[in-house]
Amino acid sequence: MASKYSNITFQGFRRENGRVGVRNHVLILPVDDISNAACEAVANNVKGTLAIPHAYGRLQFGEDLELHFRTMIGTGANPNVHSVVVIGIEPGWTKRIADGIRETGKQVAEFSIEQKGDFETIRAASWAAKDFVHQATEVQREECSISELWVSTKCGESDTTTGLGSCPTVGNMYDKLLPEGITGFFGETSEITGAEHICQKRAINEEVGERWYKMWKAYQDDVIFAHQTDDLSDSQPTKGNIEGGLTTIEEKALGNLEKIGRTSQFIDILEPAEQPSSGDGLYFMDSSSAAAECVTLMAAGGAVIHTFPTGQGNVVGNPIVPVIKITANPRTVRTMGEHVDVDVSGILRREQTIEEAGDALIEMIRRTANGRNTAAEALGHREFSMTKLYRSA
Amino acid sequence: MSEVPHLLVHEHADNVGVVVVEGLTAGTDMLCCVTHDNSTFRLTAGADVPIGHKIALKDFKEGDTAIKYGEDIGKIIADIPKGAHLHTHNCKTKRW
Repeated sequence: MASKYSNITFQGFRRENGRVGVRNHVLILPVDDISNAACEAVANNVKGTLAIPHAYGRLQFGEDLELHFRTMIGTGANPNVHSVVVIGIEPGWTKRIADGIRETGKQVAEFSIEQKGDFETIRAASWAAKDFVHQATEVQREECSISELWVSTKCGESDTTTGLGSCPTVGNMYDKLLPEGITGFFGETSEITGAEHICQKRAINEEVGERWYKMWKAYQDDVIFAHQTDDLSDSQPTKGNIEGGLTTIEEKALGNLEKIGRTSQFIDILEPAEQPSSGDGLYFMDSSSAAAECVTLMAAGGAVIHTFPTGQGNVVGNPIVPVIKITANPRTVRTMGEHVDVDVSGILRREQTIEEAGDALIEMIRRTANGRNTAAEALGHREFSMTKLYRSA
Repeated sequence: MSEVPHLLVHEHADNVGVVVVEGLTAGTDMLCCVTHDNSTFRLTAGADVPIGHKIALKDFKEGDTAIKYGEDIGKIIADIPKGAHLHTHNCKTKRW
Protein backbone atom coordinates (compact mmCIF):
# COMPACT_ATOMS: atom_id res chain seq x y z
CA MET A 1 0.00 0.00 0.00
CA ALA A 2 1.36 3.40 -0.93
CA SER A 3 2.26 5.68 1.97
CA LYS A 4 3.74 9.16 2.18
CA TYR A 5 7.13 7.44 2.23
CA SER A 6 6.62 5.47 -1.01
CA ASN A 7 7.60 8.31 -3.33
CA ILE A 8 10.80 9.37 -1.59
CA THR A 9 13.70 9.35 -4.03
CA PHE A 10 17.37 10.27 -3.80
CA GLN A 11 20.31 10.73 -6.15
CA GLY A 12 22.48 7.62 -5.87
CA PHE A 13 25.11 5.64 -7.75
CA ARG A 14 23.68 2.62 -9.54
CA ARG A 15 26.25 -0.19 -9.74
CA GLU A 16 26.80 -2.97 -12.27
CA ASN A 17 24.93 -5.53 -10.11
CA GLY A 18 21.87 -3.30 -9.68
CA ARG A 19 22.63 -2.25 -6.11
CA VAL A 20 22.62 1.45 -5.24
CA GLY A 21 25.37 3.32 -3.41
CA VAL A 22 25.36 6.77 -1.81
CA ARG A 23 29.12 7.37 -1.96
CA ASN A 24 31.64 6.77 -4.75
CA HIS A 25 34.92 5.65 -3.18
CA VAL A 26 37.99 4.34 -4.96
CA LEU A 27 39.26 1.93 -2.33
CA ILE A 28 42.87 0.82 -1.76
CA LEU A 29 42.35 -2.43 0.13
CA PRO A 30 45.16 -4.27 1.95
CA VAL A 31 44.76 -8.06 2.08
CA ASP A 32 46.91 -8.19 5.22
CA ASP A 33 48.59 -6.00 7.84
CA ILE A 34 51.99 -5.96 6.11
CA SER A 35 50.46 -4.48 2.93
CA ASN A 36 49.10 -1.44 4.77
CA ALA A 37 52.19 0.67 4.01
CA ALA A 38 51.96 0.10 0.25
CA CYS A 39 48.23 0.90 0.29
CA GLU A 40 48.77 4.11 2.23
CA ALA A 41 51.55 5.13 -0.19
CA VAL A 42 49.21 4.62 -3.17
CA ALA A 43 46.48 6.65 -1.44
CA ASN A 44 49.04 9.38 -0.83
CA ASN A 45 50.12 9.35 -4.48
CA VAL A 46 46.62 9.43 -5.94
CA LYS A 47 44.18 11.97 -4.47
CA GLY A 48 40.56 10.91 -4.26
CA THR A 49 41.39 7.37 -3.16
CA LEU A 50 40.93 5.86 0.28
CA ALA A 51 43.22 3.28 1.94
CA ILE A 52 41.74 1.28 4.80
CA PRO A 53 44.62 -0.21 6.81
CA HIS A 54 43.79 -2.95 9.30
CA ALA A 55 45.56 -5.29 11.71
CA TYR A 56 44.94 -8.80 10.33
CA GLY A 57 45.18 -11.22 7.42
CA ARG A 58 48.16 -13.46 8.21
CA LEU A 59 48.06 -17.01 9.59
CA GLN A 60 44.35 -16.96 10.27
CA PHE A 61 42.54 -20.25 9.69
CA GLY A 62 39.14 -21.92 9.73
CA GLU A 63 36.04 -19.88 10.51
CA ASP A 64 38.18 -16.89 11.50
CA LEU A 65 39.86 -16.84 8.08
CA GLU A 66 36.49 -17.17 6.32
CA LEU A 67 35.28 -14.12 8.26
CA HIS A 68 38.41 -12.24 7.17
CA PHE A 69 37.70 -13.00 3.48
CA ARG A 70 33.99 -12.19 3.88
CA THR A 71 34.80 -8.81 5.48
CA MET A 72 37.41 -7.90 2.83
CA ILE A 73 35.27 -8.99 -0.11
CA GLY A 74 32.10 -7.46 1.35
CA THR A 75 33.82 -4.13 1.96
CA GLY A 76 35.09 -3.97 -1.62
CA ALA A 77 31.73 -5.14 -2.97
CA ASN A 78 29.75 -2.48 -1.06
CA PRO A 79 27.85 -0.22 -3.51
CA ASN A 80 29.38 2.87 -1.89
CA VAL A 81 32.63 1.73 -3.55
CA HIS A 82 33.19 2.49 -7.23
CA SER A 83 36.33 0.40 -7.78
CA VAL A 84 39.07 -1.28 -5.79
CA VAL A 85 42.84 -1.68 -5.84
CA VAL A 86 43.71 -4.79 -3.82
CA ILE A 87 47.28 -5.21 -2.51
CA GLY A 88 48.54 -8.28 -0.62
CA ILE A 89 51.90 -9.77 0.22
CA GLU A 90 51.38 -12.85 -2.00
CA PRO A 91 49.15 -13.50 -5.03
CA GLY A 92 46.94 -16.34 -3.74
CA TRP A 93 44.77 -14.67 -1.11
CA THR A 94 45.05 -11.38 -3.05
CA LYS A 95 43.40 -13.03 -6.06
CA ARG A 96 40.73 -14.66 -3.91
CA ILE A 97 39.66 -11.28 -2.52
CA ALA A 98 39.93 -9.49 -5.87
CA ASP A 99 37.87 -12.19 -7.61
CA GLY A 100 35.26 -12.07 -4.85
CA ILE A 101 34.80 -8.33 -5.38
CA ARG A 102 34.79 -8.77 -9.20
CA GLU A 103 31.61 -10.85 -8.91
CA THR A 104 29.73 -7.56 -8.43
CA GLY A 105 30.91 -6.48 -11.89
CA LYS A 106 32.96 -3.56 -10.59
CA GLN A 107 36.55 -2.92 -11.62
CA VAL A 108 39.28 -4.41 -9.48
CA ALA A 109 43.06 -4.27 -9.94
CA GLU A 110 45.21 -6.63 -7.86
CA PHE A 111 48.87 -6.45 -6.91
CA SER A 112 51.15 -8.59 -4.76
CA ILE A 113 54.39 -7.47 -3.21
CA GLU A 114 56.59 -10.61 -3.14
CA GLN A 115 59.28 -10.68 -5.91
CA LYS A 116 58.63 -6.96 -6.55
CA GLY A 117 58.92 -5.01 -3.31
CA ASP A 118 56.96 -1.99 -2.17
CA PHE A 119 58.39 0.44 -4.78
CA GLU A 120 57.39 -1.51 -7.86
CA THR A 121 54.03 -2.49 -6.36
CA ILE A 122 53.23 1.11 -5.40
CA ARG A 123 54.22 2.35 -8.87
CA ALA A 124 51.97 -0.12 -10.70
CA ALA A 125 49.08 0.19 -8.23
CA SER A 126 49.22 4.00 -8.39
CA TRP A 127 48.68 3.91 -12.16
CA ALA A 128 45.62 1.67 -11.70
CA ALA A 129 44.27 3.85 -8.87
CA LYS A 130 44.69 7.01 -10.96
CA ASP A 131 42.76 5.44 -13.82
CA PHE A 132 39.94 4.45 -11.40
CA VAL A 133 39.75 7.99 -9.99
CA HIS A 134 39.31 9.46 -13.47
CA GLN A 135 36.49 7.00 -14.14
CA ALA A 136 34.82 7.39 -10.74
CA THR A 137 34.74 11.16 -10.95
CA GLU A 138 32.84 10.98 -14.25
CA VAL A 139 30.06 8.78 -12.88
CA GLN A 140 26.82 10.73 -12.41
CA ARG A 141 24.29 10.24 -9.65
CA GLU A 142 20.86 9.14 -10.81
CA GLU A 143 17.40 9.05 -9.28
CA CYS A 144 16.79 6.01 -7.10
CA SER A 145 13.88 4.90 -4.94
CA ILE A 146 14.10 4.90 -1.15
CA SER A 147 13.21 1.19 -1.38
CA GLU A 148 16.67 0.54 -2.85
CA LEU A 149 18.47 1.64 0.31
CA TRP A 150 20.13 -0.83 2.68
CA VAL A 151 20.18 0.77 6.12
CA SER A 152 21.89 -0.65 9.21
CA THR A 153 21.69 0.30 12.88
CA LYS A 154 23.73 -0.17 16.02
CA CYS A 155 23.76 2.11 19.06
CA GLY A 156 26.70 3.14 21.23
CA GLU A 157 27.56 4.84 24.50
CA SER A 158 23.96 4.11 25.40
CA ASP A 159 22.25 5.59 28.41
CA THR A 160 18.66 5.79 29.56
CA THR A 161 17.92 8.49 26.97
CA THR A 162 18.65 6.10 24.09
CA GLY A 163 15.78 3.85 25.19
CA LEU A 164 13.51 6.89 25.59
CA GLY A 165 14.42 8.79 22.43
CA SER A 166 17.11 7.90 19.89
CA CYS A 167 16.51 4.13 19.66
CA PRO A 168 12.70 4.49 19.28
CA THR A 169 13.45 7.09 16.56
CA VAL A 170 15.37 4.48 14.57
CA GLY A 171 12.61 1.95 15.31
CA ASN A 172 10.01 4.35 13.97
CA MET A 173 12.09 4.80 10.80
CA TYR A 174 12.24 1.00 10.29
CA ASP A 175 8.50 0.65 10.94
CA LYS A 176 7.91 3.20 8.16
CA LEU A 177 10.59 2.23 5.60
CA LEU A 178 10.73 -1.58 5.86
CA PRO A 179 7.20 -1.80 4.40
CA GLU A 180 8.53 0.31 1.48
CA GLY A 181 11.06 -2.39 0.64
CA ILE A 182 14.31 -1.25 2.21
CA THR A 183 16.74 -3.82 3.58
CA GLY A 184 17.61 -3.35 7.25
CA PHE A 185 20.26 -4.70 9.62
CA PHE A 186 20.42 -4.88 13.40
CA GLY A 187 22.61 -7.07 15.62
CA GLU A 188 24.88 -6.71 18.68
CA THR A 189 24.43 -10.27 19.94
CA SER A 190 25.79 -9.61 23.45
CA GLU A 191 23.56 -6.59 23.96
CA ILE A 192 20.37 -8.56 23.42
CA THR A 193 21.17 -10.48 26.60
CA GLY A 194 18.43 -9.56 29.03
CA ALA A 195 15.81 -9.12 26.32
CA GLU A 196 16.39 -12.35 24.38
CA HIS A 197 12.83 -13.55 25.12
CA ILE A 198 11.47 -10.40 23.45
CA CYS A 199 13.89 -10.46 20.51
CA GLN A 200 13.05 -14.08 19.69
CA LYS A 201 9.37 -13.13 19.41
CA ARG A 202 10.22 -10.47 16.82
CA ALA A 203 11.26 -13.14 14.29
CA ILE A 204 8.90 -13.49 11.35
CA ASN A 205 8.13 -17.09 12.29
CA GLU A 206 8.98 -19.74 14.85
CA GLU A 207 11.67 -21.37 12.72
CA VAL A 208 13.64 -18.13 12.35
CA GLY A 209 13.07 -17.42 16.05
CA GLU A 210 14.49 -20.79 17.02
CA ARG A 211 17.53 -20.34 14.79
CA TRP A 212 18.01 -16.89 16.32
CA TYR A 213 17.84 -18.28 19.86
CA LYS A 214 20.32 -21.04 19.01
CA MET A 215 22.76 -18.45 17.65
CA TRP A 216 22.35 -16.24 20.74
CA LYS A 217 22.72 -19.23 23.12
CA ALA A 218 25.87 -20.42 21.34
CA TYR A 219 27.36 -16.97 21.87
CA GLN A 220 26.47 -17.13 25.58
CA ASP A 221 27.94 -20.60 26.03
CA ASP A 222 31.01 -20.36 23.81
CA VAL A 223 32.07 -16.78 24.45
CA ILE A 224 30.57 -15.42 27.66
CA PHE A 225 30.62 -18.46 29.91
CA ALA A 226 33.93 -19.71 28.49
CA HIS A 227 35.71 -16.43 29.28
CA GLN A 228 33.70 -14.88 32.10
CA THR A 229 35.30 -13.66 35.27
CA ASP A 230 32.79 -13.17 38.09
CA ASP A 231 30.24 -11.41 35.91
CA LEU A 232 30.04 -9.10 32.95
CA SER A 233 29.39 -6.01 35.00
CA ASP A 234 32.58 -4.27 33.98
CA SER A 235 31.78 -4.78 30.30
CA GLN A 236 27.99 -4.94 29.99
CA PRO A 237 26.79 -2.39 30.90
CA THR A 238 30.00 -0.48 30.14
CA LYS A 239 31.45 2.16 32.43
CA GLY A 240 30.01 4.79 30.09
CA ASN A 241 26.56 3.17 30.21
CA ILE A 242 26.61 3.20 34.02
CA GLU A 243 27.76 6.82 34.08
CA GLY A 244 24.75 7.53 31.86
CA GLY A 245 22.36 5.90 34.32
CA LEU A 246 21.97 2.36 32.96
CA THR A 247 22.07 -0.09 35.87
CA THR A 248 21.69 -3.61 34.48
CA ILE A 249 22.19 -5.52 31.25
CA GLU A 250 18.41 -6.10 31.10
CA GLU A 251 17.73 -2.36 31.17
CA LYS A 252 20.34 -1.79 28.46
CA ALA A 253 18.99 -4.58 26.24
CA LEU A 254 15.40 -3.38 26.48
CA GLY A 255 16.46 0.11 25.37
CA ASN A 256 18.61 -1.33 22.59
CA LEU A 257 15.72 -3.36 21.15
CA GLU A 258 13.67 -0.18 20.73
CA LYS A 259 15.68 0.19 17.49
CA ILE A 260 13.42 -2.30 15.70
CA GLY A 261 10.32 -0.34 16.49
CA ARG A 262 6.85 -1.61 17.25
CA THR A 263 5.87 -3.65 14.19
CA SER A 264 9.08 -4.68 12.42
CA GLN A 265 10.00 -8.37 12.34
CA PHE A 266 13.31 -9.88 11.23
CA ILE A 267 13.16 -12.32 8.35
CA ASP A 268 16.53 -14.05 8.65
CA ILE A 269 19.83 -14.28 10.51
CA LEU A 270 23.22 -13.40 9.05
CA GLU A 271 26.70 -14.56 9.95
CA PRO A 272 29.09 -11.66 10.71
CA ALA A 273 29.71 -9.71 7.44
CA GLU A 274 27.33 -11.98 5.49
CA GLN A 275 25.29 -10.38 2.72
CA PRO A 276 21.50 -10.87 2.88
CA SER A 277 19.99 -13.21 0.31
CA SER A 278 16.39 -13.69 1.50
CA GLY A 279 14.99 -10.56 -0.12
CA ASP A 280 13.88 -7.18 1.26
CA GLY A 281 13.35 -6.92 4.98
CA LEU A 282 15.07 -6.75 8.34
CA TYR A 283 18.01 -9.03 9.19
CA PHE A 284 19.72 -9.82 12.48
CA MET A 285 23.49 -10.01 12.01
CA ASP A 286 25.44 -11.98 14.62
CA SER A 287 27.90 -9.24 15.53
CA SER A 288 30.03 -7.65 18.20
CA SER A 289 28.54 -4.81 20.21
CA ALA A 290 31.75 -2.78 19.86
CA ALA A 291 30.80 0.17 17.66
CA ALA A 292 33.52 0.16 15.00
CA GLU A 293 33.50 -3.65 14.65
CA CYS A 294 29.74 -3.81 14.28
CA VAL A 295 29.51 -0.99 11.72
CA THR A 296 32.40 -2.57 9.77
CA LEU A 297 30.60 -5.94 9.68
CA MET A 298 27.30 -4.40 8.57
CA ALA A 299 29.07 -2.36 5.86
CA ALA A 300 30.65 -5.60 4.62
CA GLY A 301 27.14 -7.08 4.60
CA GLY A 302 26.14 -4.38 2.13
CA ALA A 303 24.57 -1.58 4.21
CA VAL A 304 25.11 1.83 2.56
CA ILE A 305 23.88 4.07 5.39
CA HIS A 306 24.22 3.44 9.13
CA THR A 307 21.92 4.98 11.74
CA PHE A 308 23.65 5.30 15.13
CA PRO A 309 21.70 6.28 18.24
CA THR A 310 23.90 7.47 21.08
CA GLY A 311 23.30 8.69 24.59
CA GLN A 312 26.59 9.72 26.17
CA GLY A 313 28.14 10.46 22.78
CA ASN A 314 29.93 7.80 20.75
CA VAL A 315 32.01 9.43 17.98
CA VAL A 316 32.47 6.42 15.64
CA GLY A 317 32.48 6.62 11.84
CA ASN A 318 33.27 4.26 8.96
CA PRO A 319 35.48 4.74 5.88
CA ILE A 320 32.86 3.76 3.29
CA VAL A 321 29.47 4.09 4.98
CA PRO A 322 28.08 7.41 6.28
CA VAL A 323 27.14 7.04 9.96
CA ILE A 324 24.20 9.23 11.05
CA LYS A 325 24.32 10.07 14.78
CA ILE A 326 21.07 10.54 16.64
CA THR A 327 20.85 11.61 20.27
CA ALA A 328 18.08 12.53 22.68
CA ASN A 329 20.43 13.54 25.50
CA PRO A 330 20.42 17.36 25.83
CA ARG A 331 23.76 17.28 27.68
CA THR A 332 25.37 15.43 24.76
CA VAL A 333 23.86 17.92 22.31
CA ARG A 334 25.33 20.73 24.42
CA THR A 335 28.79 19.24 25.02
CA MET A 336 29.35 17.18 21.83
CA GLY A 337 27.15 18.93 19.28
CA GLU A 338 29.71 18.58 16.49
CA HIS A 339 29.03 14.81 16.44
CA VAL A 340 25.22 15.02 16.27
CA ASP A 341 23.33 14.79 12.97
CA VAL A 342 19.80 14.43 14.34
CA ASP A 343 18.93 16.07 17.67
CA VAL A 344 15.82 14.42 19.12
CA SER A 345 16.19 15.82 22.65
CA GLY A 346 12.74 17.38 22.12
CA ILE A 347 11.34 13.91 22.89
CA LEU A 348 12.58 14.22 26.48
CA ARG A 349 10.98 17.66 26.81
CA ARG A 350 7.77 16.22 25.30
CA GLU A 351 8.04 18.82 22.52
CA GLN A 352 8.59 16.21 19.81
CA THR A 353 6.83 12.88 19.30
CA ILE A 354 8.59 9.65 18.28
CA GLU A 355 6.55 9.90 15.08
CA GLU A 356 8.03 13.34 14.30
CA ALA A 357 11.53 12.22 15.28
CA GLY A 358 11.23 9.22 12.92
CA ASP A 359 10.29 11.57 10.08
CA ALA A 360 13.26 13.81 10.92
CA LEU A 361 15.58 10.79 10.71
CA ILE A 362 14.08 9.69 7.38
CA GLU A 363 14.69 13.20 6.03
CA MET A 364 18.32 13.04 7.23
CA ILE A 365 18.71 9.61 5.59
CA ARG A 366 17.43 11.09 2.31
CA ARG A 367 19.80 14.07 2.52
CA THR A 368 22.73 11.82 3.46
CA ALA A 369 21.92 9.53 0.53
CA ASN A 370 21.95 12.59 -1.72
CA GLY A 371 25.48 13.37 -0.61
CA ARG A 372 25.32 15.42 2.60
CA ASN A 373 28.38 14.54 4.66
CA THR A 374 27.56 13.28 8.14
CA ALA A 375 29.23 14.67 11.25
CA ALA A 376 31.48 11.59 11.37
CA GLU A 377 32.52 12.11 7.72
CA ALA A 378 33.20 15.82 8.25
CA LEU A 379 35.28 15.03 11.34
CA GLY A 380 37.29 12.33 9.56
CA HIS A 381 36.05 9.36 11.59
CA ARG A 382 36.97 6.34 9.45
CA GLU A 383 37.20 3.51 11.97
CA PHE A 384 37.64 0.23 10.11
CA SER A 385 37.82 -2.58 12.68
CA MET A 386 37.87 -6.23 11.68
CA THR A 387 36.29 -8.79 13.99
CA LYS A 388 38.57 -11.67 14.93
CA LEU A 389 37.10 -14.89 16.32
CA TYR A 390 40.24 -16.45 17.85
CA ARG A 391 44.03 -16.13 17.82
CA SER A 392 46.01 -16.82 14.67
CA ALA A 393 48.16 -19.89 14.08
CA MET B 1 2.87 20.04 27.69
CA SER B 2 3.62 23.62 28.77
CA GLU B 3 5.94 22.66 31.64
CA VAL B 4 8.99 20.54 30.77
CA PRO B 5 8.96 17.26 32.73
CA HIS B 6 11.79 16.39 35.11
CA LEU B 7 11.21 12.65 35.06
CA LEU B 8 9.99 10.24 32.37
CA VAL B 9 8.45 6.84 33.04
CA HIS B 10 7.99 4.37 30.15
CA GLU B 11 4.95 2.36 31.31
CA HIS B 12 2.33 2.56 34.07
CA ALA B 13 3.62 -0.78 35.39
CA ASP B 14 7.11 0.71 35.94
CA ASN B 15 8.34 1.46 39.46
CA VAL B 16 11.33 3.57 38.34
CA GLY B 17 11.60 6.79 36.32
CA VAL B 18 14.45 8.53 34.45
CA VAL B 19 15.66 12.06 35.22
CA VAL B 20 15.68 14.01 31.93
CA VAL B 21 16.92 17.43 33.10
CA GLU B 22 20.39 18.52 34.13
CA GLY B 23 21.12 19.70 37.66
CA LEU B 24 18.12 18.16 39.45
CA THR B 25 18.38 18.92 43.18
CA ALA B 26 16.90 17.20 46.25
CA GLY B 27 13.53 18.60 47.22
CA THR B 28 12.46 19.49 43.66
CA ASP B 29 8.74 19.02 43.10
CA MET B 30 9.16 16.98 39.90
CA LEU B 31 6.69 16.86 37.03
CA CYS B 32 6.69 13.19 35.99
CA CYS B 33 5.34 11.98 32.66
CA VAL B 34 4.42 8.44 31.61
CA THR B 35 5.46 8.35 27.95
CA HIS B 36 3.00 5.57 27.10
CA ASP B 37 0.03 7.99 27.27
CA ASN B 38 1.58 11.32 28.40
CA SER B 39 -0.27 11.17 31.73
CA THR B 40 1.46 13.09 34.53
CA PHE B 41 1.95 13.01 38.30
CA ARG B 42 4.20 14.79 40.81
CA LEU B 43 6.95 13.41 43.03
CA THR B 44 9.53 15.07 45.29
CA ALA B 45 13.16 14.26 44.42
CA GLY B 46 14.87 12.74 47.46
CA ALA B 47 18.41 13.43 46.26
CA ASP B 48 20.49 15.33 43.71
CA VAL B 49 20.26 12.91 40.76
CA PRO B 50 22.18 13.36 37.48
CA ILE B 51 20.42 13.41 34.10
CA GLY B 52 19.77 9.90 32.81
CA HIS B 53 19.79 8.30 36.26
CA LYS B 54 16.77 6.67 37.86
CA ILE B 55 14.53 7.58 40.79
CA ALA B 56 12.43 5.10 42.79
CA LEU B 57 8.69 5.66 42.36
CA LYS B 58 7.87 3.67 45.52
CA ASP B 59 9.48 2.45 48.73
CA PHE B 60 11.57 -0.63 47.84
CA LYS B 61 12.63 -3.41 50.19
CA GLU B 62 15.71 -5.56 49.62
CA GLY B 63 14.70 -8.43 47.32
CA ASP B 64 12.07 -6.44 45.40
CA THR B 65 12.14 -6.24 41.59
CA ALA B 66 12.78 -3.06 39.58
CA ILE B 67 10.37 -2.72 36.65
CA LYS B 68 11.07 -0.56 33.58
CA TYR B 69 9.55 -0.86 30.07
CA GLY B 70 7.03 -3.01 31.97
CA GLU B 71 9.82 -5.62 32.34
CA ASP B 72 12.03 -6.98 35.12
CA ILE B 73 15.36 -5.11 34.96
CA GLY B 74 16.91 -6.45 38.20
CA LYS B 75 16.73 -7.03 41.94
CA ILE B 76 16.87 -4.45 44.71
CA ILE B 77 19.85 -5.16 47.00
CA ALA B 78 19.26 -2.44 49.63
CA ASP B 79 16.13 -0.68 50.86
CA ILE B 80 15.32 2.44 48.80
CA PRO B 81 12.83 5.13 49.86
CA LYS B 82 10.42 6.60 47.33
CA GLY B 83 12.05 9.53 45.47
CA ALA B 84 15.62 8.30 46.06
CA HIS B 85 18.38 7.55 43.54
CA LEU B 86 18.22 3.98 42.21
CA HIS B 87 21.38 2.68 40.51
CA THR B 88 24.18 0.10 40.76
CA HIS B 89 24.63 0.72 44.52
CA ASN B 90 21.14 -0.64 45.29
CA CYS B 91 20.02 -2.58 42.19
CA LYS B 92 21.64 -5.48 40.32
CA THR B 93 20.87 -7.90 37.49
CA LYS B 94 19.37 -11.25 38.56
CA ARG B 95 21.42 -12.99 35.87
CA TRP B 96 24.82 -13.10 37.53
